[in-house]
Amino acid sequence: MKYVLSDSLVITKRQLLQLARIPEVLIFSTIQPVMFVLLFRYVFGGSISTDQPGGYVQLLMPGIFVQTVAFTLASTASGLAEDMKKGLIDRFRSLPISRGAVVIGRTFGDALLNILVLVVMAIAGYVVGWRPTSGLLSIGLGFLFLFAFGYALSWIGIFVGLVIKEARTVQAAGFLVTFPLTFLSNAFAPTTGMPKALQYFAEWNPVSTVVAACRQLFGLQNQFGATANSWPSQHPLETSLLYMILLMAIFIPLSIRKYKNSSS
Amino acid sequence: MKTVVAEHLIKTYNKGEVVALNDLSLDVEEGTVLGVLGPNGAGKTTTVRILATLLKPDSGSATVAGIDVIKYPEKVREVIGLSGQYAAVDETLTGWDNLVMFGRLYHLGRQKSIDRANELLERFDLVDAAKRPIKTYSGGMRRRLDLAASLIVQPKILFLDEPTTGLDPRGRQDMWGVIQELVKGGVTLLLTTQYLEEADQLADEIAVIDRGTVIARGTSDNLKKQVGGERLEITVESNDVVRTQEIVAKVSAHATHVEDRTISAPVSTGSVALMEALRALDDAKIHPLDIALKRPSLDDVFLSLTGHVAEETVIEPANKKKGRK
Repeated sequence: MKYVLSDSLVITKRQLLQLARIPEVLIFSTIQPVMFVLLFRYVFGGSISTDQPGGYVQLLMPGIFVQTVAFTLASTASGLAEDMKKGLIDRFRSLPISRGAVVIGRTFGDALLNILVLVVMAIAGYVVGWRPTSGLLSIGLGFLFLFAFGYALSWIGIFVGLVIKEARTVQAAGFLVTFPLTFLSNAFAPTTGMPKALQYFAEWNPVSTVVAACRQLFGLQNQFGATANSWPSQHPLETSLLYMILLMAIFIPLSIRKYKNSSS
Repeated sequence: MKTVVAEHLIKTYNKGEVVALNDLSLDVEEGTVLGVLGPNGAGKTTTVRILATLLKPDSGSATVAGIDVIKYPEKVREVIGLSGQYAAVDETLTGWDNLVMFGRLYHLGRQKSIDRANELLERFDLVDAAKRPIKTYSGGMRRRLDLAASLIVQPKILFLDEPTTGLDPRGRQDMWGVIQELVKGGVTLLLTTQYLEEADQLADEIAVIDRGTVIARGTSDNLKKQVGGERLEITVESNDVVRTQEIVAKVSAHATHVEDRTISAPVSTGSVALMEALRALDDAKIHPLDIALKRPSLDDVFLSLTGHVAEETVIEPANKKKGRK
């Protein structure tokens, strides 16, 4: 047990070395979210009317941040599945290393990647007119929320990767989860425009609560929702925290157990 | 002392539909090499995976260095080295990166990991390629690096699963040299292979497995005796076939086999039989198109042991076989 952290960090380092050797991965994983920023800011943004001071982009950026960290779930899953397929996981499992290290290490690596992507996104947002109005501490807390949410989700990615095992299927399955979650939310459009049933779903959706929490922390009033008067839309910070704790409480032990028992 | 012992291993896949191991038992004496010989799907990889703690058998037991692999897998992992059927290393990283990483995972510490990596790269003739990604390596180099990775802590017990499958003859020769060096160093080795010649070269003892169980076991000489040793094979012009067959029959004193223009028969005296046959052919003014002493192949072993040729009967664990061929 005493090697859990050091073993995990060795695995994390491996992932960083990989990124250094194939920088394209890094470039493409940052270009995609930047494209989303431009798309929503200039293509769809023009036809979404809001009385938000500073315009739609203020509401949009927290949404895109959350979407971006949510999408890394798929890359966590496919990266792990790739290792399984190549037999690398077999080698790791034949070594006397701590049981969770291989998967814990990967979540650390993805967390670091998320930090980088968030920084790039924040810069892109600033360039297109995003200006958070709250204090520095509050903004920092907002990013901490995003980071923590990404970390919690990467454990779902680990589980998906271990269960599905085939990298291409995993990629598709990952998007199948993240697409509806990010779009059936308050991230890009007000939930008020949705049919009632969807509205409830959207407001209980963890993506929405994290988006709402970030908007609050970045100093916005307009929440793009809260019409269903649901508890999560009124308490986005608390609900988001609860969701994250719940996700990790379920998927960390589940994934580590699955890893131990999986035979490649 | 028996360093590796497997007793009555049974393993099925797909809820019992596919039987990979069917009451397989084997053991390896300390400091010796056991060659596990069998066709694809005979259960070789499954056996290795169970002994290396990657897979749990449905029933049966196994110990490595006296440690129960099912009860104390962590303890077993500390004393074994495993090199799989295809290179299980990180392809995007360099050879050096990989070895240092595995050193760290064996808890060698930073400097020791680096020293050990350099040492192994030197020993396996990979110094020039050390700073290149594994992707750029040839098949033989990959295997050598993979083997190096399994030797980081100098394990006393080593499992090599088809170490030369897919290599060209030169790569195979190199790999054999490397393995022979290791064996001199006193490791206990369990090696699986599809090639009788490889088992012959490297193993002290051979266990032939088929359909998940050991069907014969003994030294290479023993096995060959069971198979009937070498075969004399002569190819001649069609009008010489009958006369040649008579000559071969005389030399061999066994039943001859004719296929097209090729006559073959088992011989026990090896090259002496070859010379006798040549002399007789010369006396009869027959000019052979081809003449050879053939050593028995895996197929011959199987044919004589089981009455059927080596066939692929069982599918091994789903995603094991999807690697490079």
